[in-house]
Amino acid sequence: MSSERILIAAGRVVDPASGLDAVQPVCVADGKIVGVGHHPPGFAPDREIHVPGRIVCPGFIDLCARLREPGQEHKGTLASEGTAAGASGITTLCIPPDTKPVVDTPAVVRLIRERGQKAAQIRMLPIGALTSGLNGKDLSEMSALKQAGCLAVSNGYTPLASSLVLRRAFEYAASHDLLVIVRPEDQELRDCGCVHEGAVATRLGLPGIPEAAETLAVAQCLVLIEHTGVRAHFGQLSTARAAAMISEAQRRGLPVSADVAIHQLHLTDLDVDGFESLCHVSPPLRTAADRDGLRKALGDGSITAICSDHQPHDPDAKLDVFSATDPGIASVETLLPLTLRLVDEGVLSLSEAVARLTVGPANILGLPTGRLTVGSPADLCIFEPGATWQINGSNWRSRGRNTPFWGDEMVGRVTQTIVGGQLVFQA
Amino acid sequence: MATERSTSLQLDSSGNLRHFLCIEGLSRDLLVRIMDTAESFTSVTEQTVKKVPLLRGKTVVNLFFETSTRTRTTFELAAKRLSADVLNINIATSATVKGESLLDTIRNLEAMQIDMFVVRHADSGAAHFIARQVAPHISVINAGDGRHAHPTQAMLDMFTIRRIKGDFAPLKVAIVGDILHSRVARSEIHALKTLGVNEIRAVGPKTLLPACPEALGVQTFTDLDEGLAGVDVIVTLRLQKERMSSAFIPSEHEYFARFGLTEARVAKAKPDVTVMHPGPINRGVEIDSRVADGPHSVILRQVHYGIAIRMAIMALAMRTGSDFTARKESRP
Repeated sequence: MSSERILIAAGRVVDPASGLDAVQPVCVADGKIVGVGHHPPGFAPDREIHVPGRIVCPGFIDLCARLREPGQEHKGTLASEGTAAGASGITTLCIPPDTKPVVDTPAVVRLIRERGQKAAQIRMLPIGALTSGLNGKDLSEMSALKQAGCLAVSNGYTPLASSLVLRRAFEYAASHDLLVIVRPEDQELRDCGCVHEGAVATRLGLPGIPEAAETLAVAQCLVLIEHTGVRAHFGQLSTARAAAMISEAQRRGLPVSADVAIHQLHLTDLDVDGFESLCHVSPPLRTAADRDGLRKALGDGSITAICSDHQPHDPDAKLDVFSATDPGIASVETLLPLTLRLVDEGVLSLSEAVARLTVGPANILGLPTGRLTVGSPADLCIFEPGATWQINGSNWRSRGRNTPFWGDEMVGRVTQTIVGGQLVFQA
Repeated sequence: MATERSTSLQLDSSGNLRHFLCIEGLSRDLLVRIMDTAESFTSVTEQTVKKVPLLRGKTVVNLFFETSTRTRTTFELAAKRLSADVLNINIATSATVKGESLLDTIRNLEAMQIDMFVVRHADSGAAHFIARQVAPHISVINAGDGRHAHPTQAMLDMFTIRRIKGDFAPLKVAIVGDILHSRVARSEIHALKTLGVNEIRAVGPKTLLPACPEALGVQTFTDLDEGLAGVDVIVTLRLQKERMSSAFIPSEHEYFARFGLTEARVAKAKPDVTVMHPGPINRGVEIDSRVADGPHSVILRQVHYGIAIRMAIMALAMRTGSDFTARKESRP
């Protein structure tokens, strides 16, 4: 926490939590927000950041980013990926438990938090493993993980052995008031699939993953969520139908939320055509109707968060026959510009777009950040909404260059990131 | 979009064949040129000295990551009859087993001054991947990639159909069996469509039909008799044994009862129907011996034409085939 007093002046302050959208000053002191729209009595800033024409908003909270450390440092490190995230306006990163070693002991939780914060100066929240070693059978020591700072548990990509284990895991997590993050996919229906089972899979002869692999898993979880009363979050939806099922469950009052990875809102299975391994992602890119359904669910508030689903890779991981390549896109640096593209395309208002990156994910996790309330931690992002930049080797920070957007022009550039009252990035 | 990507990968800037990876994206004219060139080679394969010097000094590598007898043999014969040096590499028993990546295997062979790769691989997209990675002077011929494409098989089948039926436009063609897993079926469907066939039927149980048959432009039938009614050509596909163990079909016996090509079934088609099979055949599973060896069957002619069609494709991809046709035509 920094004791520096900062005045952010002349920026357009967008705080979806309070509905604020106006040119106002924001005052920061002792790591907290101490004034929005006015200077607290006697406030004498040590530093003034004058940002006319720029947007001042809460720092972004990314619900899913794999940084590859510990275990796969040749793909990325807490420092390389954390720095890339910080320079992209992200102030809190949630890290799935499938590191090596797995996040199933307090020691690994502390290692990632401490090493990560030191290396990249942003907040890192490891998600605890739902089962020990992600083996799908034995429950992890969730209470210990919670004490070490885990706000949620998940089994990531790894399936659970049975619906009985799923039920018990939900019950046990509910006993400790832990959020369970589910990435819904029925592994048996997935089989050896690597793309959406549809027209492109049929033409390319690639084994498909049916929509039902996602909807069946969502249906099964919804039944057990209702049965056990656990708080649950569905991560990285890919189908319109799953989004509709979750929306319906929310209307019935179930404690469920959902996020979507940014690439699912822009790309479809057509982008895989020609065996484009940079568009090999999991869950797979689906149809234009799915993309539009996810956009609609994002607009009507059934999906309250957009995540990066950042997965940096070494070049070799994408240099093979399509099905043998590793899925995933390096995406923290495109999170803001691709979200702003949704505003440009009329899917979301600017305030809604900022909400899906800030207060939306904050509420899912129960974090005090993601809003510009006096007294809340001073995690802020300042960006130039109209600034254009081209993705290339000179400005890309992530160690992974695996993005289908490589070489494209992006609109929207972060100029400052503040975490806990400290300026951690300045363009 | 894939069509554009496949086109740009397969053709050079003047529209000549560079790699032969899939039928999708190739023009009708090019398919006809391949068949015309093959026509000129059929006489070569019937001479006592069965060689032409078109690929003299060139090195062709048969790179087979999946076992095959017929396809590899016909490619080898085709290359030898074009006077190329041929190297057969069976990767199932080679470096990739020791952990070498596909790309490293390719780079190593490239370093040995290879001119052409003929690739067979168990994964869809393998030939496309290799074509994108190789040095510009190397041609890649797809000898079958996963479930995606087997374009030389499709072309030899088109060649067979043309020799027997003449015109493609009025034909009704039924493809019977495991369409879902069949690279032959995909390539044949694209070739038939490109050559002007309007009615292409895919016949099989729903477990063996693709999720989106409309993406291929075929009508599907789950009843064999309906599917065969009035057709001019029947292509029967091989049923892999492993389909039984993974819940696609219950048994060979039931499959033969419902989808096996018998004389009674063939009688539902036109009287002059042509029966084809890409081989190797499972007698008594997808086809009755009396049909396989009967008067409508052209299965062995398919194998015979396989050599000429592969010679044509290799020659065109090395940009020498058109010279050969031209030279023949200019002969007095």
